Amino acid sequence: MRLKSLLLFLGIPVFAVIAANVCAQTLRFGLAEDPDVLDPTLARTFVGRVVFAALCDKLFDIDDKLNIVPQLATGYEWSADSKALTIKLRPGVTFHDGEKFDAAAAKFNIERHKTMAGSNRRGELAPVASVDVVDPMTVRLNLSAPFAPLLAQLADRAGMMVSPKAAQEAGDKFGVKPICSGPFRFVERIAQDRIVLERYPNYWNKADIYLEKVIYLPIVDATVRLANLKSGQLDFIERMAPSDVAALKSDSRFKVSKITEIGYQGITINVGKSDLAQKNPLGKDAKVREAFELALDRDGIVQVVTEGEAAVGNQWVAPDNTYYAKNMPIPKRDVAKAKALLAEAGVPNPTFTLMTPTTSDTQKIAQVVQAMVKDAGFDVKIQSTEFSTSLDMADKGQYEAYVLAWSGRADPDGNIFSFAACKQPLNYSGFCKQEVDDLLTKSRTTLDPAERRKTYEQIAAILLKDRPDIYLFHRHWLWAYTTKLTGLRTIPDGLVRVQGLKLN
Amino acid sequence: MLNYLIQRAATIVPTLFFVSILIFGLQQLLPGDPALILAGEDHDPTVIAHLRSTLHLDDPLPLRYAYWAGGVLKGDLGESQRIKKPVLDLIIEKLPVTLELACIAIVIALLIGVTAGIVSAVAKDTFWDYAANIFALWGLSTPNFWLGIMMILLFSVTLGWLPASGYVSPFEDLKTNLASMIMPAFVLGNAIAAVLMRHTRSAMLQVLSSDYVRTARAKGLDERVVVLKHALRNALIPVITLGALEFGTLLSGAVLTEQVFSIPGFGKLIVDAVFNRDYAVVQGVVLFTATAYIMLNLLADVAYFLVNPRLRG
Repeated sequence: MRLKSLLLFLGIPVFAVIAANVCAQTLRFGLAEDPDVLDPTLARTFVGRVVFAALCDKLFDIDDKLNIVPQLATGYEWSADSKALTIKLRPGVTFHDGEKFDAAAAKFNIERHKTMAGSNRRGELAPVASVDVVDPMTVRLNLSAPFAPLLAQLADRAGMMVSPKAAQEAGDKFGVKPICSGPFRFVERIAQDRIVLERYPNYWNKADIYLEKVIYLPIVDATVRLANLKSGQLDFIERMAPSDVAALKSDSRFKVSKITEIGYQGITINVGKSDLAQKNPLGKDAKVREAFELALDRDGIVQVVTEGEAAVGNQWVAPDNTYYAKNMPIPKRDVAKAKALLAEAGVPNPTFTLMTPTTSDTQKIAQVVQAMVKDAGFDVKIQSTEFSTSLDMADKGQYEAYVLAWSGRADPDGNIFSFAACKQPLNYSGFCKQEVDDLLTKSRTTLDPAERRKTYEQIAAILLKDRPDIYLFHRHWLWAYTTKLTGLRTIPDGLVRVQGLKLN
Repeated sequence: MLNYLIQRAATIVPTLFFVSILIFGLQQLLPGDPALILAGEDHDPTVIAHLRSTLHLDDPLPLRYAYWAGGVLKGDLGESQRIKKPVLDLIIEKLPVTLELACIAIVIALLIGVTAGIVSAVAKDTFWDYAANIFALWGLSTPNFWLGIMMILLFSVTLGWLPASGYVSPFEDLKTNLASMIMPAFVLGNAIAAVLMRHTRSAMLQVLSSDYVRTARAKGLDERVVVLKHALRNALIPVITLGALEFGTLLSGAVLTEQVFSIPGFGKLIVDAVFNRDYAVVQGVVLFTATAYIMLNLLADVAYFLVNPRLRG
């Protein structure tokens, strides 16, 4: 009371809490970043996909076990030679502008993804040579070669369908006012402030939609995001800080959900990207890299960096993933063996620079790693570099080792192909081996999961011994929300499905 | 008068030209390939190639400047590569927010700073003087982001009086707008108040010991009239100059405060654009604020000219 009088005395107007003048079924969703352009063909950020989950339906979706499930498709069939995928489409689907979704629209969308200038989907759909309209509700994708990750691609942005009429009219400005066929339609966007979506009354699965509106509010600071949740301005926040989990769990007004991501955190080593690779022992000698990995205690790293909110791992997919190579388990820390290996390599005290972006998590990783490997004789220098600059340096090979995260894709191919195949855009390590290239291609062209698993075991056996990348852990997606919210499903891609969500 | 105006206006063109070169040139010093950053996490080579050609990144620097400056002269500030929105639209969207925040902050700063300055000068070496000085020291030494988060925790989380962050247009809901603006404006105003308080205090002390004030007191005038009418008027001149400068700085965006309170103003826009290497946005916004600054300066000069008879010659 005294505080209030003091404020009034100072003449600062104090307002009562702002009654939410939004209707009860409005979900106010705190995002960790401001999304980029809301055009599925041009979009390139993870946070954009969070919004797309409510705005744009896809041909397929993934479930909590990473299985492919139908969405705008009702079924699919591979041809005998695995070079054609026939997709049956869902009848009765309309876009937010009332246009009908049919095979012609699906063909238009796949072709738009493939041909639009600046499309980020072109690479994902590269093996799709042409699209045929078989009948009004069936399309066939003809491939230049069999491509196992195709269904997973169609369960992400490459499978998102937008209104052909709106897309043709708007051209590359489509993302300013996107028109899709998801459960919610676009109302307005104020950059860095909010994205407002409202329920689409003619949604094909409207019985599963209970919310009237979803408002996405980008709030970059995790503490402020949490404060908004606690003060009732938000109903849901994504990516909460691990350090806040314990306190929020004891608060009966809120719930915390977590799920292991499909991406990873790791350290990339320059083994052949530039001349620097041969100039430092870590890049030059696989034995030194083995010693480096043996000096790491992954549990310790997870404890310090994420307060235990991550799953330790040593591969590009998490240990519970069906494609995890069981022949290559997580190695235990063994400092004595690491020292012996370094002595064998003739460099008992190797020195190298570990570049890290300036985010607090990656810096923590670098510091913990630096301290741990010191026990084995490594002298690590940390070079903190602004993210965009660090990416540029990694791309040019101006680094020795680099702390890097990957947001992950549902199919294992999305986590390894571009990183380990020769001359691929994300191959910062410069690793290149024909044998691995052949196996990676085989893993793409084999549709049988058991066969693919075997191929990945072979890849892991080579890659995890050569160690161009050392995988450390898979973070937990941490979501916090009011207990009034029910129906939340936790899908490993970290995207919130709005179907079934209800505010009681 | 007309000659003076023409003279002053004539300097604007070369100044703006120089500023535009500076903005464009400094931007190029940023490390990192903008096409690589804007291409997103997949780094698709065809996307990178497309961005390089759209942004003219392979052209020589003077030619790239010519493309940009040519667009600016036609009123086209370019387009945000990240969200595909014209930069001018973004400026129009953010300007009212930044203006409102700056205005409320400066009002708070003047109210607190000038009042505290007067009190501490009039009651020199008393409890009130020390209290005002401690307040000023606190205001100057408290980091904005810390104060912001503490205020959110107190007024939003614990007391539940104010929204924790965000922005609502005053035309949509004035009450909510003011409620969401008061904390960030206070955080900004608080730091400026401290500076204004120190200046008001020293100016007031100087004026209060001058002859004409002694004369006024000798005439038996009420102390309130002496302080507020006779002394304050003269003491305020440097304070107003300082306030105007601080206001100009506020117009270019308050990065940390906007970030903490999620206020979608210029500061947040520029910072995000720098980190995303969205060059058109950075150039457009900086050019706009620089132009606004130059125009404000010109207005100040004209006002000074009108007020000060000695300049008219």
